[in-house]
Amino acid sequence: MAGLQVESRTVLETRDVVFIALFAAIVASLAAFPPITLPLAGVPITAQSLGVMLAGGVIGAVRGGLALVLFLVLVATGLPLLPGGRGGFGVFLGPTGGFLIGWVFAAFAIGYMTERLWHRLNYVLAFTICVLGGVVLLYAIGVPWVAFVAKIPLSTALTGSLSFVPGDIVKALIAAGVIMTVKRSYPIIQPKAEADSAGRSGRPE
Amino acid sequence: MNIEFADVSVKKGEVTVLQDISIRLSERRIGVIGRNGSGKSTFARLFNGIEVPTSGKMLLDGVPERKNLRRHVGFVFQNPDNQIVYPIVEEDLAFGLKNLKLSRNETEDRIADAMRRLGIDHLRNRLTHQLSGGEKQMIALVGVLVMRPRMIVFDEPTTLLDLWNKQKFMATINDLPQHVVVVSHDLELLRGFDRILHIEAGRIVADGNPVSVLDNYIASSQC
Amino acid sequence: MLTDLYIFADSPLHRTRPGIKIGVLVLFCTLLFVFEGWVTLALGGVAVALCLALSGLRARHVVATLRPAVWILLAIFLVQSYLVDILFASFVVFRFAVLILAATVVTATTRTSEMVDGILAGLQFAPSWVPKNQIALGVSLCLRFIPLVLSVFHDVRQAQRARGLDRNLTALLVPLVVRTLKTADEVAQAIHARSFD
Repeated sequence: MAGLQVESRTVLETRDVVFIALFAAIVASLAAFPPITLPLAGVPITAQSLGVMLAGGVIGAVRGGLALVLFLVLVATGLPLLPGGRGGFGVFLGPTGGFLIGWVFAAFAIGYMTERLWHRLNYVLAFTICVLGGVVLLYAIGVPWVAFVAKIPLSTALTGSLSFVPGDIVKALIAAGVIMTVKRSYPIIQPKAEADSAGRSGRPE
Repeated sequence: MNIEFADVSVKKGEVTVLQDISIRLSERRIGVIGRNGSGKSTFARLFNGIEVPTSGKMLLDGVPERKNLRRHVGFVFQNPDNQIVYPIVEEDLAFGLKNLKLSRNETEDRIADAMRRLGIDHLRNRLTHQLSGGEKQMIALVGVLVMRPRMIVFDEPTTLLDLWNKQKFMATINDLPQHVVVVSHDLELLRGFDRILHIEAGRIVADGNPVSVLDNYIASSQC
Repeated sequence: MLTDLYIFADSPLHRTRPGIKIGVLVLFCTLLFVFEGWVTLALGGVAVALCLALSGLRARHVVATLRPAVWILLAIFLVQSYLVDILFASFVVFRFAVLILAATVVTATTRTSEMVDGILAGLQFAPSWVPKNQIALGVSLCLRFIPLVLSVFHDVRQAQRARGLDRNLTALLVPLVVRTLKTADEVAQAIHARSFD
């Protein structure tokens, strides 16, 4: 089947395109989930960035990253797919635009680490991966962006963002559980080591 | 037209789903029955190449075919939600034709013709997710019909339909000029067919006219 | 859910091709950052105000667009006033308002379908290694999947409510993901069966 060459070995097949579209849709749908306010931090958290962790952890690096690219393209075209019905170009130009762009990299990184550790993956590892990609890396992109566009010192931007961390940790706890359960019941990721030894088996075609 | 399975086996990992199927089919109306997990869905998916044999060959009019089976054989899934690709009915119907690289006029004509024939012109500009179950199944069928296949395979097409839509959909199938293969648990719907295959544990265990095969099948479920 | 942020009207801006509007927007934003200062910002503000008036947007549209950003803009204003002065704080916040409103002009005068068509039309000029058909398919499939995912979500929530688990996100997400993945696999088969490759 004809498809896009990613690196030199993996090829984007129709099935990959379908999974990419599905996770873009899942991330979009999670915006409709009512926000939960954490008692400790008092910051409303939305389920949407949970979708970012799931995209990487369920369908892997390349497909997960592209799912978020597709989602952001649809947001940019003016669909109100962010919480509170936000959308359009403006959201990228606002102060938190970096966190949106960061979702692409977060999903890719989570997917990459998940693929690498696939055979040894357990709940603690999956949680750690979600925190590394969905919190550490995401903030490493989003916080300097806020600091730059709002012209505030990095440390101030970081302090301001810290109140969202507890919520993101909770999301990583949930995402890790979902990723582990889906791995057992309907695994999609073809781990790299296995693909090398056995060829790309297990698919019709 | 005729389709032939020559020593076809399908394995998924360690499990053998279908074993050494050899059969030649040329009847217009063919029914396929069997328990859940018997392999009949995989059998149905071999007809148009969604599944490919692990060993053995598929022959179309005596010629081995792989990639081109889907040009001649259409497939209607049990759940139309899994088959409808586009948000608007008209776009979805045009999808398969675009893949065949047909001209805009030809595409337009085929869609208009097929919708009129099934009496569903009024659905043309509707959003696909707002259609009723019966309407969705009709759209899934039209999406296949516009590609003008010579044979259409239906995998449990009436399972999700109510009694009225079920009768209507079966009547529609019966009026089709194409060869049809229908996998179904709804035995009454297969009564008027030309040939019935009964699949059990990956093999064809009975093959013949509806009266004998269906009655034996019912009898075997009761003991 | 899938109504876009388009505001119906007939204006020169509504009739301009989406590609041109996006190009001008990108240029506009770049200029605001390159030639940083009150003069450019004031000019930019006037330009955006003119466009808003021209495209027939009302004050309530402007308020609706800026409202979600109000809290973070207020925080930035306070921090900047404390760190530098009120003048500089006003500059930073005003620039955000101008940027967001400039983007709103584009969003409000362009239908999503036009925007998507624009992207797909633009793909014709993309180099041959770009998988144009797959991109087009991905965009359409996603729009098709959003209502599907929401309806599965609704089903799952009802089923879990019966078991008292409807506030448990894991119990909602696992069935949602597994069920839609299975659907996706069959959709891929169906697409293949309809001669796409």
